[in-house]
Amino acid sequence: MSRTSKEKTNRGLSRRSVLKGGAAATGAALGSGAIAGFPTIWAQNIKNVTLRQFGTGVSNLNEVAEKVKKDLGFTLEMTALDSDAVTQRAATQPKSFDIADIEYWICKKVWGAGNLQAMDTSKIKNYDKIVGIFRDGKLTPDSVIAQGTAPHTVGFVEGPGGKEFVDNESGWMTLIPTIYNADTLGIRPDLIGRPISSWTELLNPEFKGKASILDISSIGIMDAAMVCEAMGEIKYGDKGNMTKEEIDKTMAIFTEAKKNGQFRAFWKSFDESVNLMASGEVVIQSMWSPAITAVRSKGIPCVYQPLKEGYRSWGGGIGLSANLSGLELDAAYEYINWYLDGWVGGFLMRQGYYSAVPETSKKFMSDDEWGFWFEGKEAKGDITDPFGKVLEKAGAVRDGGSFEERMGAVACWNAVMDENKYMVRKWNEFIAA
Amino acid sequence: MTAQRLSWLLVLPLTLVLALFLVLPLLTIVVVSFWDYNEWSFFPAFILGNYEYVLTSNVTWATYLKTLKFTLLTWGFCTVIGFTVAYFLAFHVRSLTWQIALFMLCTIPFWTSNIIRMISWIPFLGRNGIANSMLLDMGVIDAPLEWLLFSDFAVVLAFIHLYALFMVVPIFNTMMRIDKSLIEAARDGGASGFQVLTNVILPLTKPGVMIGSIFVVTLVMGDFITVRFMSGGQSASVGRIISNEIALLQYPAAAANAVVLLAAVILMIAIMLRFVDIRKEL
Repeated sequence: MSRTSKEKTNRGLSRRSVLKGGAAATGAALGSGAIAGFPTIWAQNIKNVTLRQFGTGVSNLNEVAEKVKKDLGFTLEMTALDSDAVTQRAATQPKSFDIADIEYWICKKVWGAGNLQAMDTSKIKNYDKIVGIFRDGKLTPDSVIAQGTAPHTVGFVEGPGGKEFVDNESGWMTLIPTIYNADTLGIRPDLIGRPISSWTELLNPEFKGKASILDISSIGIMDAAMVCEAMGEIKYGDKGNMTKEEIDKTMAIFTEAKKNGQFRAFWKSFDESVNLMASGEVVIQSMWSPAITAVRSKGIPCVYQPLKEGYRSWGGGIGLSANLSGLELDAAYEYINWYLDGWVGGFLMRQGYYSAVPETSKKFMSDDEWGFWFEGKEAKGDITDPFGKVLEKAGAVRDGGSFEERMGAVACWNAVMDENKYMVRKWNEFIAA
Repeated sequence: MTAQRLSWLLVLPLTLVLALFLVLPLLTIVVVSFWDYNEWSFFPAFILGNYEYVLTSNVTWATYLKTLKFTLLTWGFCTVIGFTVAYFLAFHVRSLTWQIALFMLCTIPFWTSNIIRMISWIPFLGRNGIANSMLLDMGVIDAPLEWLLFSDFAVVLAFIHLYALFMVVPIFNTMMRIDKSLIEAARDGGASGFQVLTNVILPLTKPGVMIGSIFVVTLVMGDFITVRFMSGGQSASVGRIISNEIALLQYPAAAANAVVLLAAVILMIAIMLRFVDIRKEL
């Protein structure tokens, strides 16, 4: 236990310093329009409950744990890890957690290990308000479902002990969606000096020695595929589930680029991508939304460039450990209901992510914030993050526009392929080349 | 109690500790290296596939070659630097107080973690880093040198910085134990300073060099973090491959790789020990 909390402090601090979040209290204060109406019948014994949650740094924030203590009364211990470590823990250390905050592609990978239990959607108060992406896969009734591991395809199983994913809303959810976003390339407009509109630019010789891609194979290969497809070099059946030939071709193109010195570096952690971009070592690279924010908050221009081929998207959710039962399971459901009730959603949306139930999050955001982050409208005043740091000045518009424009232009989801083992080997060859 | 029994008894604690914390884990790794795995777990089996892949894949060969290159370069520079520093400390500095003071000075960088020492090179060597801006200001170069950072150069530089002391210490130690009268005798016999160095000091410091070499070689062969950070993730090393496989839950593959690496390092050390009988020399 002490080990977990130590990890938490370490990671928490580094992330905070990245976000320059000294004013954590502001966040808590902003959101303290207390949530009323939660059952408090067993409030007395629930106080002794401690739930251990782990996940990526993205949503494992200490502010959430503090708020849980205040609103629900029980203790939530957070451990933030990187994607690989998260997968590892979910698959191999079932006793070390009660709640897993993982991505959908990780869920596909580890569900078979049997360490998570499906959730009864009838106990989820806001289930009906969850965005369509996570239920039938459709953002709007006429949207086309993107390639890759779309969340709804691994979102349901047939029953409480189900091992196989089903393609309908069975009432038993694997993960309760928490946050998601559409990823694209980050660029330094000041160092590039011309418009960028396609994924092909990542391999443009103009940026020789100034490009970077992330070295997390399952995500990196998707960015690589977006580039190869945009170049017209490869036509994929499904970028999220490539054939061996498609993997070979993709890696051949990238290996050649690597040998020609296209890449300055590969990054694996959030902080690395921020440093590469902020220092000007790299001017175009795969990037995550909060990393862009972190670069920008240093006063360095950085754009999360919408590209004509669309976005690579990801989604995360909360899964319950198979070991949970009784009071602790009740507490976990309580936590999930609280999670979807809006405070966390607002907290995360004000950092540029989307919440699973946007309409409840709206209550915890100002009209201007909602307009800027969700509707893609021009900011009327300064836009601050939950820690009080100014992110955008009045007049700014979010890169990529509104929720519908961004999430509607998703080309593929982060995925695990059938040929995963082969892909990983090829990726390692690419890194060693 | 007979003397023999007593000595068995005295050996027992160490044997137990080694058996429990060295031999047992190693055996586990060897056993697991024959197991099979899928996305989320690994399970008992007896397959040779893990080894087959390690030993036949081009990646392995390329990576070992790269790792050996890093090892040789680092070892070469560390030996020269280590020998020079130790020689200066042992033979040029006359007073013991100063010897100790200067020796302590060498260890100061080691008061911080080696990750910090390594990472602090990044802003120094970067495109807009101190080194490049200094050279630009002095007019030595017109454009920033790209190869300073995220290159093999950066990796080797960091390795030397990290591990040179492991060479200084054992060499200094053996040099301090050289009987000064041997040097006087060589002088009396008419040897020049250079001849004293090559015929007296060098042969007598060989065990120190060898111990230092073992440190440097094993440390560099097993490294995974320095290579990743200093090459900007663009170079592979055997350690990095293992760490990647662990991250991807491919424990049996990682175990097979670890066994091969262990064998390679043991082989290298065995060869090194052929040249010097450390036990005899100590």
